[in-house]
Formats: sequence, C-alpha cells, structure tokens
Amino acid sequence: MDEIDKKIINALQNGFPICDAPYQQVAGQLNLTEQELLARLTILLDNGTLTRFGPLYNAELMGGALTLAAVKAPHDRFDELTDIINSFPEVAHNYARNHELNMWFVLATDAPEQIAQTIMAIEQKTGLTVYNMPKIKEYFVNLKLEA
Amino acid sequence: MMVDETDRKIIQATQAGLPLTTQPYQTLADQLALTAEEIMQRLSAMKNSGIIRRIGAVPNHYKLGYRFNGMTVWNIVDEMIDELGQKVGQLDFVSHCYQRPRKLPEWPYNLFAMVHGKSQDEVDLQIRKISELLSDNNLGCDVLYSTKILKKTGFRSAMQHATD
Repeated sequence: MDEIDKKIINALQNGFPICDAPYQQVAGQLNLTEQELLARLTILLDNGTLTRFGPLYNAELMGGALTLAAVKAPHDRFDELTDIINSFPEVAHNYARNHELNMWFVLATDAPEQIAQTIMAIEQKTGLTVYNMPKIKEYFVNLKLEA
Repeated sequence: MMVDETDRKIIQATQAGLPLTTQPYQTLADQLALTAEEIMQRLSAMKNSGIIRRIGAVPNHYKLGYRFNGMTVWNIVDEMIDELGQKVGQLDFVSHCYQRPRKLPEWPYNLFAMVHGKSQDEVDLQIRKISELLSDNNLGCDVLYSTKILKKTGFRSAMQHATD
C-alpha cells in the first residue's frame, strides 16, 4: 500500500458519485487516470485491504432486523460453540472478546420476529444463555478509518 | 420509505459491491434489463431516504494498521443517556455509538461506543476523552477488545453492522 492507495482509500470512504462515469470523476479529483483507479481498486479488494466497495444498506429500513448478542462460552467448549453459532446463516459477524461474555455476534434477519426464534434455537443447540442486546437508539454510525 | 421489487433487484445485484467498470450503473442496468438512468435515480432515492447509508469503500481495520479495536461500554445515568450518547457519537474517533439494554445484575452497561487505534496508547487516550466527557454521569465502564474474528460474511456485510 503506497501513498496513492492511501489517497484512494481515504477518498472512497467519503462517498461515491452517482453519474455516468463515476470512476473517471473520482480519478480526476485524485489526479489519476480512470484505468489506474480501477486497477488499484481491484487489487485493494483482491488482497483484502478493502472488504467491500459499493452501497451500504440500512437493514432495518428495508424491513429486516439486527441485534447484538453475547454468550459466555466455556474455554473447553469454545471451538465447538463457535462452530454451532457460526452455522446459523443469521449470524453475520462473530468476534471473540476478552470478557466473561467472550463471544459476541450480530444477528441479521429478514423480519424482526426471526430474531427471537434464532436466539431460542441458539440457546437450545448450545445450552447457553444468550444475552440479547438490540439497539434502543442509534446515536452515530460511520466507520471511516484514515489510511 | 419502502423498497419495491425493482429496488430489491438492485440491492441484490450490489450485495457483492459495485461493478468495477467504467460505467458501473450501465453495467448494472444491463444485468437487470433496466436503463442506467433508472438505476441512478433509484440509488439516489434510496440514498436520500437513508436505505443506502453511503456508497463507498469499507477498509479492513487490521490491514490499515488499526489492530486495537475496542468496544467501550458505559453505565450512564438514564436521564442523561440521549444527550451524552449524541456527544460521544460526535467524537471523531468513535465509529458506532448505540444505546442498548442493561442485563442486570451482571451487565450494567447501556452505552456502547466503538473505537479504533493503531496502538494501545492511542486507544487509551480515546477512552480517557470519552470518560472526561461523561464525567459524573458515568457509573462504570469496561472495554472489550476483539481477540479474534470468528465469522464475517461477505454477503451480509452489505449491511453496515453494529460491531464493525
């Protein structure tokens, strides 16, 4: 990743135009050619520096539901419990964290009532209590990290 | 603010991202048998209504050197949480800020704010700034660091999630 890549990553976190030739427009602002921008963007996505490039949707406004949930996974069962929980397609993200509640996952479903059903199914399959912490209010969401 | 069938097709077609072609909206239009004008008009409408939060790039924190990703959690006096949640959310290093339910007695925290840093010192300074802002309204806090990504799906990452 060089200075030009950093410039591209920073610029593209601030939005992207909706017009006939948007890459050409962005390339012009960055003093690059359209082909160079597209080539570098392809590499940044292929090597995982960028996890995604495109529209980011708000699931709740489309009728879907999200929640953040956590379990206390005993260390001797951690891998087994990871496999069980990850096997649910509703589990979008799952992170190990340094706390007694040591496994935190996001559930994303097409409809709100499926959240409770999924949590019940996870509790049955794991034998653990799932701590369900759906958001009550969103104060801010915007992930921008300077490269 | 509802999405119709055509919007859903566009959402489906962009789950994996925007095409890397010189005319990406025309490429989408060709795939969906629509016109580029209609694609652009619908994307603009979804952006204006908030269904699209933004169009852009999502970096991998770790690849950019942000190895310290902390979920800071705070026990805030109920009467103050909206005012303070707004203020914490406005700090430039906070990427997500939510009010969530306490799970008493063991989980007294009702405010969640994600912070990201390249060093422990950087994150510690961010936490100190949040703590100063909350002052006496903070009845207790903790910071949970992610030690491992156990799952991250490409498909559903089109939805911007709470623990990114």
